[in-house]
Amino acid sequence: MLRTRVIPALLIDRGALVKTRNFAGKHYVGDPCNTLRIFNELEVDELVVLDISATPQKREPDWELMRDIASECFMPLAYGGGLRTFEQAQRVFGIGFEKVVLNSHAHDRPELLREIAEVYGSQAVVASIDVRRRRFGGEQVVSQSARRRHQIDPVAWARQVEAFGAGEILLTSVDREGTWTGFDLDLVRRVSDAVGIPVIAHGGAGGVHDIVAAVVQGHASSVALGSMVVFQKQGCGVLVNFPERRELETALAGTKATADA
Amino acid sequence: MTSPILIIDYGMGNIGSLRNMFKRVGAETEVASDAGSIARAGKLLLPGVGAFDAAMRRIGDLGLAPAICDRARAGVPTLGICLGMQLLLDGSEEGRLPGLGLIPGRARRFPPAAGLKVPHMGWNVVRQAQRSALTDWMRGEDETRFYFVHSYAVQTERPADAVLKCTYGIEFDAAIGRDNVYGAQFHPEKSHRFGMALLSAFAKLPC
Repeated sequence: MLRTRVIPALLIDRGALVKTRNFAGKHYVGDPCNTLRIFNELEVDELVVLDISATPQKREPDWELMRDIASECFMPLAYGGGLRTFEQAQRVFGIGFEKVVLNSHAHDRPELLREIAEVYGSQAVVASIDVRRRRFGGEQVVSQSARRRHQIDPVAWARQVEAFGAGEILLTSVDREGTWTGFDLDLVRRVSDAVGIPVIAHGGAGGVHDIVAAVVQGHASSVALGSMVVFQKQGCGVLVNFPERRELETALAGTKATADA
Repeated sequence: MTSPILIIDYGMGNIGSLRNMFKRVGAETEVASDAGSIARAGKLLLPGVGAFDAAMRRIGDLGLAPAICDRARAGVPTLGICLGMQLLLDGSEEGRLPGLGLIPGRARRFPPAAGLKVPHMGWNVVRQAQRSALTDWMRGEDETRFYFVHSYAVQTERPADAVLKCTYGIEFDAAIGRDNVYGAQFHPEKSHRFGMALLSAFAKLPC
């Protein structure tokens, strides 16, 4: 049976590992390499590393840090942050990451998704979609750390990135991110049901029950965790951790993604 | 003495992560894309990510197919990973070009099944079909899992060539092996200690 992938999503800001809440208030977590080494020892399914200051600072990814990460982590790795060109994606793959995550620059030039997918396969291309609820109902897609708004709704944009060649969607709720209040299940389900590619639910996980809900009610293929894996519990100090494999397996047994046996 | 593992770089594989993991298990690697280096190699590793025909065309353009087959038939331990494993076969439903034909069999697209997305992407559990030098370490494990990403699944012609089996809608060969030629459908270089044990076993094969 195929395991539901449970993926730590780690945020890098100017070389440090941080955690945000609603995309703001960067809380220092620690040294990225030390933390990633712990996740490697915990044998996590996969890792997503997002450099959240690369695009705002208009700079290149931190190549040296990525090389250090790839030489320490023996699981699937995805990188996002500041990627604008095919050549940069090529460099990410050459270092030993197997997926690139595109967000802001996919809005400017969605063809980039296809250019990368044609050479490296669509499974190597993750489109990251950040969604924020509007104050008076409805929701909108945002990018550039939620500073830029787009006049397109998440479902329509998800269908477009799929058509442009993305093989996976990292769907983040800005309103839930860092809050421990559970995923935006309604959003996750609408996007998951609208596309044929896997959707990773991100933003709001506070416990194993939220992971199960994202899969059962949200129809997500996999789940990304932030605060839950870097803090002891809500409002407490840093503790790099990961749910017990057995606990996850028991909780996820019989759900859609693991139904095949 | 073991000689370095020659990783064949024909432009379609994640060489970086393979080198990282071999370095971790203390095995020496070299990367080359010419027939001469293959003809001298003590061990061959054929990686691969992407489309079947694109890969066979690049191997053909570089003139590597005869060198790989000669070396493999001369008894040099050879391991194909992911698409690299499928290239060892006669062919694939994904393309029209013939494969290297070192192990009889073909790759076929996963049949559509309710609720199962293609590609088969993620961690899956395998079970042993035959004993093999690459998987002997599994006897001490309760459960062995690997990371898979593929849309086409392999079934070897002869059951005796299947080393590991896996299920995703259908049962397919997760690893194959015949004499000194081996294939892994999953990515051992991305499969934590399980992949490390398998690549380490390959590095330790006499050559």
